[in-house]
Amino acid sequence: MKTRALVTLAALLVFLVAAPAFLGGYALSVLILVLYFAYVGQAWNIMMGFAGQLSLGHALYAGLGGYVAAGLYTHYGIGPWAGVFVAVAAAVVAGGVVGALGFRFSLAGVYFALLTIAFAEFTRIGFDNWAWAGGSGGMFLKVERGVSDLVNLRGGPTMFYYVILAMAVGIFVLCRLLLESRLGRYWLAIREDAEAAQAVGVPVFWCKMLAVTISAALTALAGVWNAFYYNNLFPETAFAMGRSIEMTLSPIIGGLGTLFGPLVGAVVLTGLGELFTDISDQFHIPGLKQIFYGLALLVIIMYRPAGVWPWLAARLGFTERDK
Amino acid sequence: MSGARLELAGLGKSFRGLRAVHDVSFTVPAGAIHALIGPNGAGKTTIFNMIAGVYAPSAGTVSLDGRQISGLRPDRVCHAGVGRTFQIVKPFKGLSVLENVTIGALHRRPRLAEARAAAEDILKRLGLHDRRHQLAENLTLPDRKRLEVARALATEPKLLLLDEVMAGLRPTEVDVMVAFLRELNAETGLTVLLIEHVMRAVMALAAHVTVVSYGEKIAEGTPAEISRHQAVLDVYLGEEEPA
Amino acid sequence: MSQDFLLSLAQAITKGLLTGMVYGLMALGLSVIFGVMRVVNFAHGEMMVVGMYLSWAAFEYAGINPLFSLPVIAVIFFGVGYVLQRGLIQPFINRPEHQQFLLLLAVATLVVNACLAIVGPDSRGIQLDSQFDSYELGPLVFDAVRVHAAIAAVVIAGLLWFFFTRTRIGKAIRAAADNHMGALVVGLDVRKLYAITFGVGAACVGAAGALMITIVPVTPFLAAEYTLLAFVIVIVGGLGSMTGALLGGLLIGVSEAVAGLLLEPSLKSMFSFGLLIVVLLLRPQGLMGRKDSR
Repeated sequence: MKTRALVTLAALLVFLVAAPAFLGGYALSVLILVLYFAYVGQAWNIMMGFAGQLSLGHALYAGLGGYVAAGLYTHYGIGPWAGVFVAVAAAVVAGGVVGALGFRFSLAGVYFALLTIAFAEFTRIGFDNWAWAGGSGGMFLKVERGVSDLVNLRGGPTMFYYVILAMAVGIFVLCRLLLESRLGRYWLAIREDAEAAQAVGVPVFWCKMLAVTISAALTALAGVWNAFYYNNLFPETAFAMGRSIEMTLSPIIGGLGTLFGPLVGAVVLTGLGELFTDISDQFHIPGLKQIFYGLALLVIIMYRPAGVWPWLAARLGFTERDK
Repeated sequence: MSGARLELAGLGKSFRGLRAVHDVSFTVPAGAIHALIGPNGAGKTTIFNMIAGVYAPSAGTVSLDGRQISGLRPDRVCHAGVGRTFQIVKPFKGLSVLENVTIGALHRRPRLAEARAAAEDILKRLGLHDRRHQLAENLTLPDRKRLEVARALATEPKLLLLDEVMAGLRPTEVDVMVAFLRELNAETGLTVLLIEHVMRAVMALAAHVTVVSYGEKIAEGTPAEISRHQAVLDVYLGEEEPA
Repeated sequence: MSQDFLLSLAQAITKGLLTGMVYGLMALGLSVIFGVMRVVNFAHGEMMVVGMYLSWAAFEYAGINPLFSLPVIAVIFFGVGYVLQRGLIQPFINRPEHQQFLLLLAVATLVVNACLAIVGPDSRGIQLDSQFDSYELGPLVFDAVRVHAAIAAVVIAGLLWFFFTRTRIGKAIRAAADNHMGALVVGLDVRKLYAITFGVGAACVGAAGALMITIVPVTPFLAAEYTLLAFVIVIVGGLGSMTGALLGGLLIGVSEAVAGLLLEPSLKSMFSFGLLIVVLLLRPQGLMGRKDSR
């Protein structure tokens, strides 16, 4: 990476680590949102940006992760650091099923995306009717005020901020490592031309399966974090298609398949979201914020279809060819 | 990279009742260059696809060095030592020339740095090294063809399948490719099986030729022999000009 | 099984068939758009909802029966669809799916929230004079409203069939769908054809909306559900097949009605999604699709 880019990155990291010291409650919560979407977007990016498989049902993994960890905590008192393993396992199994079925039966593009949607919706309805999970009434975690309990993830925003920051940094490091590995290169090849990839020895099915399961596992972690941060889960939102779509926005807007795309996208989207909320709150018209949002998406996809980050990186003089 | 013996025995393929290939048998000795020719639609690419693992044969077998490879998945066939190019080239368009070939090299060399180094060597041999950072989609056709060959060679095959690699090249470019393949074969003993319509290349390269028409083998021999073979003239090469 | 139960079942099935016809018309619009241009119209449900709102507004403020405002709405939708395709969507036709999806998602967001801003979140329904009429066939009772809607849907589908099989433009569109390059070579203005196709598809949806409002009330939040429903129907019925879209609509309509009867109401769409999964895996060309039409 070029020195200019490295320096900027280091400065950014310092800022992020020190942020809670000087940012107010509202600003911190916005930053938490940015990091969350950057993280979850990166997890989705692995499957779509690297391996080229369009999933529009990723909420399935976040929802499963959240419900399993939260369920273990509320029903059996098992803390999230232990529960997370089961949560991730559940998501991996789900991802494995979706992948195995989709890839074995050669579904691609829209058809595969529809399969992912169907599984997410199926699960949503299932959870709506499952008493253990609280049904449509939802599952609630006991909130304990004034505690900072990292073990059970009970505490104030600052604690959650550092957890999500660590997760975001972790996933970026992981993605960098993956991209510079044989698996990462194989994914790029599959994304470009799966048939040609297979002809040079790439085991396409297994690589795709790894993409789905790794992406699912990472997304599940976000689900766990989300459940413990907001202290509630409803099938209607946890598995909702809106949730799935949300996860795709920052990587697509930021720059699919790039390392920093999801982060830039998350900043842009959250920034725009806050801006639009401010503006539309003045007018009291329902849906106004979403109208601005839709317009912004429209403009971005029409004029920067490859994402904001590649363009921005070029302007700032950061680029190596593909980051 | 020394060559392998390729053996096709009674190879056949039907697609939902349509018989594309029927009872095709021939052998390619290790280190030889062999051509597969015939009119369009004769089943040549189907035969290639059966060797490369894209299709499983409906009948017969394909063996490499005595080991059956028919029915294996394409990546397993590559592992067994077969490299192939496609009739319509399939570069990894969004990746650079170097990255394209590196992906091929990763097959035998899992470590990225080593694979890259091996890829650079191959690019030098094929005269693409100076363009190694260019995006594959920006290459000219002859360069794309060379890239395709380079990428296949990066998997260190014992047998190279070339599907109409000369198509679309000008005569001078054809000569360059022919010279390169001859040299490669001479230096490394790589076995080559090529599908070709460009007779200039076939005559210059192949020691031995198999001719197929309507999915069946109709002739086999040296280039000189088959260019005089009546059946071949009838279906493909046409009448000889009166002297 | 008791007489009563069988009767309830039969009643549910017929209700499902009637509603299913309207679903089928909606899906027909998507089949035309997706089948010809391979555009993933994520705004399909939103278009349906707008059709419902327009029809509701015509009734609410001008007293016009939806069956009469339908042709006007269809024409408006055709025009808007044509312009939308020509102006906005055309450049995205050959782009990767995720870009198309985002474009149409943006359009969908705009449309549905514009509805929300203009009309508000409350559900809007209409009460026709014939609301409580019914036809009887033996022990079965059919809501007059649903019967009229179903008949209208069939008529429109018939018109569409005529358009695609008997008119020059319709045949040209099918040709362009089958073979893009070939169509260009014989001099067809493919871009104009695509715009017409999108217009026709949009008109179907608008018409379906006008019919649907007579059966159920509309809220902006129905949109996403309808988009998914349309896709399920089109996949199950078979891409590129008009009869497939209608059959798929009937199938989904009936399964929803029966599931609503037998199971928890909230589980009714579970069956649809399960069916989608099975079809995607075992027969991706759908019930009526050709094997190579993917």
